[in-house]
Amino acid sequence: MSAPSPVRPPTVARAHSGVSSSLRDRACIIGIGETAYSRGGTPELSQLGLQLQASARAIEDAGLKHTDIDGILPFPALATAEELAANLGVEDLRFAATLHMGGAAPVAALQAAAMAVATGVARHVLIPAGWNGYSGRRTREIVASDEGAIPGGAVARDYYMPFGLTAPLQWYSLMARRHMHEYGTTPEQLGAIAMTMRQHAQLNPNAVMRGKPMSMDEYLASPLIADPYRLFDCCLETDGAAAVVVTTAERARDLRRRAVYIMAVAEGHPYPADDLLNRPDPFSVGLTYAAPKAFGDAGVRPEDADFAQIYDCFTFEVLQQIEEAGFCARGEGGAFVEGGRIALGGALPVNTHGRLLSEAHVLGLGHIVEAVRQLRGDARERQVAGAEIGVVTGWGDFGDGSIAILRN
Amino acid sequence: MNARPLPRLQGLTREFYAWCARGQLRFQRCAACDAWRHVPREMCARCGSLEWRWEKSAGTGQVYTWTTVERPMHPAFAGDAPYAVVVVEMAEGVRFASTVTNCPPERLRIGMPVRVVFERRTREIALPRFVRADGAQQRGPWGRTRP
Repeated sequence: MSAPSPVRPPTVARAHSGVSSSLRDRACIIGIGETAYSRGGTPELSQLGLQLQASARAIEDAGLKHTDIDGILPFPALATAEELAANLGVEDLRFAATLHMGGAAPVAALQAAAMAVATGVARHVLIPAGWNGYSGRRTREIVASDEGAIPGGAVARDYYMPFGLTAPLQWYSLMARRHMHEYGTTPEQLGAIAMTMRQHAQLNPNAVMRGKPMSMDEYLASPLIADPYRLFDCCLETDGAAAVVVTTAERARDLRRRAVYIMAVAEGHPYPADDLLNRPDPFSVGLTYAAPKAFGDAGVRPEDADFAQIYDCFTFEVLQQIEEAGFCARGEGGAFVEGGRIALGGALPVNTHGRLLSEAHVLGLGHIVEAVRQLRGDARERQVAGAEIGVVTGWGDFGDGSIAILRN
Repeated sequence: MNARPLPRLQGLTREFYAWCARGQLRFQRCAACDAWRHVPREMCARCGSLEWRWEKSAGTGQVYTWTTVERPMHPAFAGDAPYAVVVVEMAEGVRFASTVTNCPPERLRIGMPVRVVFERRTREIALPRFVRADGAQQRGPWGRTRP
């Protein structure tokens, strides 16, 4: 329609401003930890218990003691920093903050952690996430709840939900269809993403979908949930947790693990962030703002990445982030994901663990863990040969975004 | 037990739905720079003015995008599936999520012209719905585009 946009957005800094972040290479990820991932069966651990198990493993992996942790950046609406610290025996907690960015929170927390350790506010910052996403409260229960936890907040409650638009997959399916309309993106291209994640999961012993390969016919035969999204366009609901520990580059040299450097990290928020529908540019999301800054700060280009772990709540969000991160131009994401380009052995392997679509949903933290594993050379069967630079993204709420560029 | 969710009537949202209850679709318009806006906000994001008025919409627009919900996530809508939620781009430029009450999901098209009608829900709340405005023959099953 030709009507003018009602609101003019701030100019998007598509090109890097030239102001370099002082954080480059100053912080490292020095420890990673995960629980087993599962769906079904009786859970042995609570949400907090899962997060504590993953945290303890990450702290041990770093060669640290629980009492070395002095910063905790927990995921929104789950265990608090106070609960985590009390259980871990962290007596001197100097920095605790929660970033309210949904699935974009863990990668955005890398930025907050890097700032904290680079400035000396804290020395060893723990970033955990995890939940009983299968055996606990399920998404369909959360969306039907009355208060507080309604995804999308007041705008969703007052302007979306009364009309039957009640859950993230429905919100995003609106964007997927508009992209199909404008750029000719096809269901088979979304299917290529789902199939690739499933293929990668076959190489991951901890993946829930290991042993369950999927063909394009099976993908296309899966039932529609919110058209154009089918069942296999959607992430898993699982139990599990993951955690990482961040410290300074100097401190990392004293620790036993091979440090993975945070070359650059950025968060971004779409405009407006609280309303998915009234964006002058409907495809502009947080990553649209954050990615040029991160690549500029890191001094590398998207094509320099050896792999990308991209937050995959639903298939189209992978395609959209590939475009908005700059791996290809907007509208070219459909062609980009075809022909094995995003599979192991392709030009840009994406989600080498199978992630939310086929490994497990631990709220974006698992993408960081897998990136670290790849850059340590510890990814075994699914190792990207010679990986030196990796990209990790997060996506949450109405398109909040975060991106980290990591190196070994 | 699972009532259809309704907007919470507070602040500017109360005013928006109060106009709907009177059979009028109104959006905010900046008193300083004339920019239309939705969802309701205190300040004009274009010029910074805090002055604005509720101005009557032409009530017409086009389907911008839609999704057909085959498996509702919210139990209140379980009996409605499949139903389509549309995003309408109004003539004023703002976009609004709703439904098209007289068009089955498989007939929806991006760009389809629509106009607003109102569904009374409570004494204080009417929800803006839309009907096709392209003169197409409207044959059933109408009920499939509920809610």
